[in-house]
Amino acid sequence: MNSIIEVHNLNLSVQGKQLFKNLTFKVPANKLTCLTGENGVGKTTLIKYLLGTFSHPDKETKLNVSSQKTQYVPQLRNLDAEFPLNICDFVGLGLKKSFLPWHTPKERILLEHVLNETSLTAIKDRPLGAASGGEKQRAFLAQALCAEPKLLILDESTASLDKNSKYSLMNLIERLVQTKEITVLFITHDPELIARYADYELKLAKQNGQLLRKDRGSHVTI
Amino acid sequence: MLQFDFMRYAFISGIFISLICGLMGTFVVARQTSFFTHTLSEIGFSGATFGIFIGTSPLLGMIIFTLASAIFIGFSGERLSRREASISVFSGVFIGLGILFLSLSNKQANYATNILFGSIVGINLNNLYSLICLSIFILIVITVFFRQLAYNSFDAIGSQYNQRFNTLISIIFLALLALTISITAQIIGSLLIFVLLTIPASAAKYFVHSLKKMILLTTVFSLFGIWFGLYLAYITDWPVSFFITIIEATIYASSMLFQRVTTLR
Repeated sequence: MNSIIEVHNLNLSVQGKQLFKNLTFKVPANKLTCLTGENGVGKTTLIKYLLGTFSHPDKETKLNVSSQKTQYVPQLRNLDAEFPLNICDFVGLGLKKSFLPWHTPKERILLEHVLNETSLTAIKDRPLGAASGGEKQRAFLAQALCAEPKLLILDESTASLDKNSKYSLMNLIERLVQTKEITVLFITHDPELIARYADYELKLAKQNGQLLRKDRGSHVTI
Repeated sequence: MLQFDFMRYAFISGIFISLICGLMGTFVVARQTSFFTHTLSEIGFSGATFGIFIGTSPLLGMIIFTLASAIFIGFSGERLSRREASISVFSGVFIGLGILFLSLSNKQANYATNILFGSIVGINLNNLYSLICLSIFILIVITVFFRQLAYNSFDAIGSQYNQRFNTLISIIFLALLALTISITAQIIGSLLIFVLLTIPASAAKYFVHSLKKMILLTTVFSLFGIWFGLYLAYITDWPVSFFITIIEATIYASSMLFQRVTTLR
């Protein structure tokens, strides 16, 4: 099993409170792993710590991916209803390879492809502030995809969505894992989604973590 | 009217100021840091009086003061500048300093009114040259870092995690803002800089929604305000900053009206 994240005997405390003690786990590559645990167990803190090791490496953590190929989609973004930028340009903010102020032809093709993949093409000229919760989450995901990531970390992306939007987003993410060799680390509380989509579950509890293999036998993938 | 040198200089500087306000204004409004812009202009006022006090140009004093504060805010985190209390403290201290420098320098009061309120006769050929050089410098820096600045401004949280050197980009932005304020103050005055840096962009975002169009429309709104304001100031002999403010406010009001009408439909 290839792994994209390897953590060995990590101790992590925040403001004097010990969150993890001798935490050891691996995240398998090209799979969908759900990161679960009670509120306050330190899921988001752990992710932020892992992202921080790109610039401050340590001996406990090994990331088999570069920082440019890693994209983190945070749970909340402070965009109000009057956020003016349209979906197309918001997604395009994720294009970072060139230094030109305008998009290169290659990037325009990529952007179009990403918008298509995330079913945003029809509404790409609409301001993001006016988009629904599901559309916003798809736009956040699309922005991350513009970096052509190998590791995609999603923080409760489905938390505020209704059933239909939730499943269409998850189907999309599942398709990405299967077709693009992307590893997805998905922070979630939703047992239904874990049962249906997760290849692995990384369960955080009692200052430690455990990687469980999930059986998705009953779920037919498309 | 254009037979006068000072009018020509004012019109030419209007082009550069509106180009920069088009770009920076769009970013300022996206970041929702209008308050900080306000504070920076007060810092600019005290910098200008400091420049007069030590005998160099007001522009140099402004640049030193605004740049230093921008870098300070950049390192201590923009959150500090959003706190209501720290905004009052900053504004108060710097206006106080401005008053002190002004009284120490023994210059006539019209010097102070020029800095505070701007003036159409305020720009001479040397001012114009330094304004153009600074503008070109700002435009080059914005062009080089355009994508990073746009990401940093329109998606503060996303860029925080997914953009390398994001803190550095924030500091570059604040430094650019400081320079922008220093050059814009020459025509509209330090008291009303925020008018050009926030109102045109706030209005533009109701009409258009792509980044390119927002910048373009903001530039047009700023240029129209400055040129038409200069013209009206010339024929009436009333202060130019008054006219610019009224024109921009009218544009903003019509943008609100436009938005009401389109949402009703």
